[in-house]
Amino acid sequence: MTAAVLEIAGLDIVVDGGRGPTPLVEDVGFSIPAGAAFGLVGESGCGKSITALAVMGLLRTPLRRTRGRIALAGRDIASADAAELRRLRGREVAMIFQEPMTALNPLQTVGRQIAEMFVLHEGARWRDAEDRAVEALRSVRVAAPERRVRDYPHQLSGGMRQRVMIAIALACKPKLLVADEPTTALDVTVQAEIVELMSDLCAARGTAILMISHDLGLVARMCREIAVMYAGRIVEQAAAADLLSHPRHPYTHGLIGALPRLGARAVRGRARLAEITGVVPAPTDRLAGCRFHPRCGRATGHCHTDAPPSKARQEGGIVRCHHDG
Amino acid sequence: MAGRANLWIGGGLVAVAVAAALFAPWIATHDPVLDANLMLSEEPPGRAFWFGTDTQGRDIWSRVVHGARISLTVGLVSQAMNTIIGTVLGVTAGYWGGWWDDVVSAFTNILLAIPSLIFALAIMAVLGPGLGSLLIALGLTNWTFTARIARAQALALKSQGYVQAARVMGYGDLAIMMRELLPNMAGPLIVIATLGIGGAILSEAALSFLGLGIRPPYPSWGSMLSDARDNIRVVPWLAAFPGLAIFLTVLGLNLLGDGLRDLLDPQSRSRQP
Amino acid sequence: MLRLILARLLAMIPTIAGVALIIFVLFSVIPGSFASALMDDGRGAMDPEVAARMRAALGLDDPLIVRFGRYMRQLMTGDLGTSFRTGEPVARLVGQRIGASLELALAAMGFAMLIGIPLGFYAALRPGSLVDTLAMIGAVSGLSLPKFWLGLMLMYLFAVHLQWLPSFGYGGWRHLVLPALALGVSPLALLARTTRASVLDVINADFVRTARSKGMSETRVVTWHVARNALLLVLTTVGLQFGALMGQAVVVEKLFSWPGLGNLLVESVFQRDIPAVQGSILVLVLFFLVINMLVDIAYVLIDPRIAVQAS
Repeated sequence: MTAAVLEIAGLDIVVDGGRGPTPLVEDVGFSIPAGAAFGLVGESGCGKSITALAVMGLLRTPLRRTRGRIALAGRDIASADAAELRRLRGREVAMIFQEPMTALNPLQTVGRQIAEMFVLHEGARWRDAEDRAVEALRSVRVAAPERRVRDYPHQLSGGMRQRVMIAIALACKPKLLVADEPTTALDVTVQAEIVELMSDLCAARGTAILMISHDLGLVARMCREIAVMYAGRIVEQAAAADLLSHPRHPYTHGLIGALPRLGARAVRGRARLAEITGVVPAPTDRLAGCRFHPRCGRATGHCHTDAPPSKARQEGGIVRCHHDG
Repeated sequence: MAGRANLWIGGGLVAVAVAAALFAPWIATHDPVLDANLMLSEEPPGRAFWFGTDTQGRDIWSRVVHGARISLTVGLVSQAMNTIIGTVLGVTAGYWGGWWDDVVSAFTNILLAIPSLIFALAIMAVLGPGLGSLLIALGLTNWTFTARIARAQALALKSQGYVQAARVMGYGDLAIMMRELLPNMAGPLIVIATLGIGGAILSEAALSFLGLGIRPPYPSWGSMLSDARDNIRVVPWLAAFPGLAIFLTVLGLNLLGDGLRDLLDPQSRSRQP
Repeated sequence: MLRLILARLLAMIPTIAGVALIIFVLFSVIPGSFASALMDDGRGAMDPEVAARMRAALGLDDPLIVRFGRYMRQLMTGDLGTSFRTGEPVARLVGQRIGASLELALAAMGFAMLIGIPLGFYAALRPGSLVDTLAMIGAVSGLSLPKFWLGLMLMYLFAVHLQWLPSFGYGGWRHLVLPALALGVSPLALLARTTRASVLDVINADFVRTARSKGMSETRVVTWHVARNALLLVLTTVGLQFGALMGQAVVVEKLFSWPGLGNLLVESVFQRDIPAVQGSILVLVLFFLVINMLVDIAYVLIDPRIAVQAS
């Protein structure tokens, strides 16, 4: 068995505010084997993006990790010093973000922003690094990369910018790519191209993917394993096929019900959760019991008082629901 | 919170200045103009004369206290003029748009190119020294920033639902401007006005220092400093106290303005110097 | 690039013309008239007949619009008129003063930038720290200080009391220090505040997060990615402050008897030398506009997003 590239266990993250810390992520744990694609699905505000930032070691005040372990390629990032953490970032794990419009420095050519990776992590000289940037752009299927490296971000379309981000992220062949809603801001036609590009490149290089999205359909086609997050907790996790065919948690049920039929992908934007009424509780609500109970049709007495423990699913994986059985 | 400290300290300093201006005749120990006694000139600060006396034997403490009247009058009245001019031009330009907006914007841009102190100085040169001239000079030259903010706010507000609704309900332009636009842009305008009063006080002092503002013997802080410049070797305390009075009053207004901004217009913190 | 400079220069013309008009109209309503201002040097009232002939000779009886047209034609050939007092061309008087004014303005701005920008930067990187708090208290104090009072206090301390520096006049760098400090304090304060706000803006931008995720040291993130973007925002303040600086210089020049444009302006006002007053103001405005044109051009050089729109 290969060692996991990413191992998270018992992760708690809080945001510090005027009235003390508010938990945003609670007891999150999963692991990603080398080269595998793992999906983290949930509505905005469920804590999935914050989990991604924690993986990168990029939590900044007022966000703070209070408990849990994050290990990248077997190395606990909590015990890594600043220099080692920097080496891990970019070389072992890289990230692409939701907004390609603002994620690139507007004052530098894209070539230079790619080249920077080779200078930072491989000690390359700028001249060589910029030559290699052309190749990196070619590898993300950008036409005429010799010319494109001299472009500034504002001269490129959203899809092109996201390709540049992928080129930056994969420049130093990291073991893990964290992709936080990489296609949400893009046109539907471009979304498919970007997803395909990421899958192909990562498969070819043996790079594992942590794919973060609100779009269960998208994640299901890309990832071997999926975790569903709700209000800071993982409520269900299983192999993609099993999760889709046998959802155990009512929330997962709802997400699948909201998918368009005929296997078509979700429409652009936030998928409407047709079968889930109500709204996501705010983290400050400090809801007792199962966080999902106000929106759950099956909720009974102890759902209001006791947080459900995580239980093994019949088909493999885990689920957190009092009513699974 | 820093914002609250700004408000309290700034408000306190301003309150002291206002109190000095209101109660000057009771706080002052001497008459600021008439009690000149050459026998007692150039006395250093002491028990009889808290801030010392000037070259003509006048009590500096009394003159500084009375100076608050001139500074605050000039600051308040001229800034009120600026606020009215800037708001009227800005709101109408933003709300009506069209050729009127072009005219106002062009005029604002031209005025922006003349440093406001220079413009005020030119007007003083034409009108001659005196309180009335000062009010006109400073009241006409510092409204461009108010106008720009008011215009931007009016532009943003006029597409809002409640303004549209008022229009559909048949309210006239004037009613809409007074009832819907003005109350919703009051916050930023109050902040600008507070900071502007401080600016006007500094300008008054500068013009009086140059000999173009309040003429001696009336106790303007600026003209006292002009005296002090010529006698800095002999009566340095004459330079210290009026300047300190200007500094503390303007500091109070600036702190108050910053505090009000945090309170009334929090998203603009980076917009304004 | 050349076309850009040319375009910006052309765009200045209407503004200059507008300023000239305002100043011209302002001094045309002056109580008394040009001719009496010219002739009244304290020797009593002028013979009305002489005055009338003078007015006719100077063309002062023509309507305002005709006179303004004549004035503008004059200006276009670089002729700022003739000084009432000395009979010299105003352009020459202004030319003699502009060097000293530039020297003072540049020294003050250089001082302000050298201290203010790094200070704002440092404060922004440690928000809420002791340095940040002190710097921002210092900045609001600096903005509240009357420049001529600060100058007076500096003069007393360094020239009268310690006798390290000359108290006034024009000469080598030793004469420049005190006026430049007095004039530079408020742009320094403003630059510190603006820089701090800009850096705080930029440091939370998405692309800075990208830079961190690339595995860069924080120093490199700041110097490579934050600094340039933040300075772009600061640049506008520098340009606008130059205008205020030219205005404030009047007081500081007067205080230190610095032979600059501001001092010429004040002297001319007291001598009712209207052409000299108009000429000094126009040159001050022109100077301010040129500085802001340079700032615009610097923007184009630094920010690729603007270059595209301009060409």
